[in-house]
Amino acid sequence: MNKELTKNFASGHSACAGCAFPTIVRTILGESPDPVVISNATGCLEVTSTLYPYSAWKTPYIHSAFENASATISGVERAHKILSKKGKAAKKIKFVVFGGDGSTYDIGLQSLSGALERGHDFLYVVYDNGGYMNTGNQRSSATPYGAATETTPTGKESFGKVEMRKNMMEIVNAHHIKYAAQANVAYLSDLKKKAKKAFETDGPVFLSVFSPCTNNWKFPTSQYVNIAKLATETNFWPLYEIEDGKYKINWATEKPKELEEFLKTQGRFKHLFSEKNAPVLAEMKKIVKDEWQSLVNKTEE
Amino acid sequence: MCSCLPSQSDYNEEKLIIRFETTRLDSRRPLVEARQANVIRIYENILNNSNKKRIALSGGAAAAEALKQLEPDVMAVYPITPQTTIIETFAKFKADGEVATEVIEVESEHSAISACVGSSAAGARTVTATSSQGLALMNEILYIASGMRLPILMIVSSRALSAPLNIHGDHSDVMGARDTGWIQIFSENAQEIYDNTIIGMKLAEKVRFPVMAIMDGFNTSHCVENLEILPIEKVREFVGEFVPEQSLLDIENPVTFGPVALQNSYFEFKVNQEEAMDDVANEYLKIAKEFEKLTGRKKDIFEAYQIEDAEQVIILAGSTAGTAKDVVDNMRGQGKKVGLIKINLFRPFPRKEIIEALKNVQSIAVMERAISSGTYPPFYQDIMTGLFQFGEKKNMQSIIYSLGGCDIFAKDIEQIFNDLIANKISNEIKYIGI
Repeated sequence: MNKELTKNFASGHSACAGCAFPTIVRTILGESPDPVVISNATGCLEVTSTLYPYSAWKTPYIHSAFENASATISGVERAHKILSKKGKAAKKIKFVVFGGDGSTYDIGLQSLSGALERGHDFLYVVYDNGGYMNTGNQRSSATPYGAATETTPTGKESFGKVEMRKNMMEIVNAHHIKYAAQANVAYLSDLKKKAKKAFETDGPVFLSVFSPCTNNWKFPTSQYVNIAKLATETNFWPLYEIEDGKYKINWATEKPKELEEFLKTQGRFKHLFSEKNAPVLAEMKKIVKDEWQSLVNKTEE
Repeated sequence: MCSCLPSQSDYNEEKLIIRFETTRLDSRRPLVEARQANVIRIYENILNNSNKKRIALSGGAAAAEALKQLEPDVMAVYPITPQTTIIETFAKFKADGEVATEVIEVESEHSAISACVGSSAAGARTVTATSSQGLALMNEILYIASGMRLPILMIVSSRALSAPLNIHGDHSDVMGARDTGWIQIFSENAQEIYDNTIIGMKLAEKVRFPVMAIMDGFNTSHCVENLEILPIEKVREFVGEFVPEQSLLDIENPVTFGPVALQNSYFEFKVNQEEAMDDVANEYLKIAKEFEKLTGRKKDIFEAYQIEDAEQVIILAGSTAGTAKDVVDNMRGQGKKVGLIKINLFRPFPRKEIIEALKNVQSIAVMERAISSGTYPPFYQDIMTGLFQFGEKKNMQSIIYSLGGCDIFAKDIEQIFNDLIANKISNEIKYIGI
């Protein structure tokens, strides 16, 4: 594999074929001007990259637990602050957290909030696959309305998840951080630009990256980029930035594709195409439309 | 001050004095009356020897003083009563520019210990402090800190656990953490928590295990006493510089901390960790001897008080030892052969040494400030295991006392000795003070 591409995260990890996060990790870390130290929450990325006696990490890495990756990097960052002052560590190091949506939206939310509020100089990256995929596809607060998971299965009295996704970008923005952006593995040049900007910004910064899961969204391994692309083309996953509180949409089209084009590619939404679930599909389309409009309104504020 | 201090109005003058009588720690030292529980430096008196300085501090402030002297790189803390005396005192040191330490005021104890894991893995000298619910909330990460062999020092002002809520002292919190792979050292008074903070830091960095230096919440953390402190340079020389074997900040030599270890390696990791724990008592003793040379204060894995010809012995840990020593002295005056073993190092447990010390003893009462629900409390279990293992048959009474800060009086301890003398010993756990 390309040496430059794998300088931080090697080939030979055990992530699924067709998984998005190796690309996300390499693309983001490739934009760092300085050496990086990683704190990783428990999850797919962690278990597939650090199976003893092997490690895919060619840069310093720590995994502590599920909910504390942000608190862990807080300690590393402050240790660096004092040890570099004492001449015991390199002056320039970047600190990056990787967590899935479970460790970001749910169990690690407090730890993330604390670290953002304290203003540590670090980049938090959530690779968002909309559920607890490492434990076999349970719902998280990032699971979309209508999606079937193992804990929100479809059935005679169920159409999948009843609740809307939590709006993590808004939560993060409420911490007055200088830069937060939503990106997508299918748009690498956009992701690169955002990673570069994140690394150039002092203080805490946040990237939310769309990361399809072949196993639990149920699609062929060859399709993750196509499906990710459809998520943005249907306005299900807009690409945007919040810089000093100002919203900017990075990709838009006059005529977004119909949401069905995204949904029909995945087994987790298969049930929405039955006659019985027509109202659910209609509601889902309404949610996406409303959220897009709300985002557009914010860019005009 | 925080609202959780024992309010003066809760005690009439007479009771207040009794309270301090019962919690006083060394009868041979004048007790300075505690009006405010935070740092009150009543006097500073440089003795003829420049190695020592006499000062009056609460236990919490004494721990903070020791922390200032060993100057950690990072301290991550979250406030909880009765730990606040430590972190408030330290915060003032920081505000006055007396320490360079990076203090991280995290949003929970879980994050406090998590930040410590990050900081220690990054090669920084790292400390924290907590109590009670805070220690319980840290529990998950305590195992991670010891499993990664990170030399974090934690000062604990030990306190009861909810429910019902109680902010006062007992050992429930630290006993709940006794199997987490941390070294645990108990302290009797302000002097000892000062000493154990310094010893604990050096020990942690020597053996690469995290250490809890424990004092009794309120009884020690909030009572002002006289103690001797060392000059700062002596402490720094004693503790030395922390040189980590591996660090997250060593970019040239990248290390993966906290990998996945499956059936083929996990067990081996844990056994290796336990084998390393077996050496800790020896290292503790070496450091204790060095410390003794520096200060003249004898340190051991436990303190044997009037034990040589003792027939009846009480075993306990923490601040009650002061009162118990008074009782031993009084009863010795009456010709009764009683003695005391005060446990200092509890994890790893010095089973062999304690059983050796008990060889000629007829009967024992083990006094504890914790319940191990559904069975006997921790000290009793460990000592009974030791007695059986070494073929020593002794009559031993299990006693639980002072949960949630409930008072214990000299007369209670005297009664316990008298019961031992009269062979009133049963397999039932005795609860004193209810």
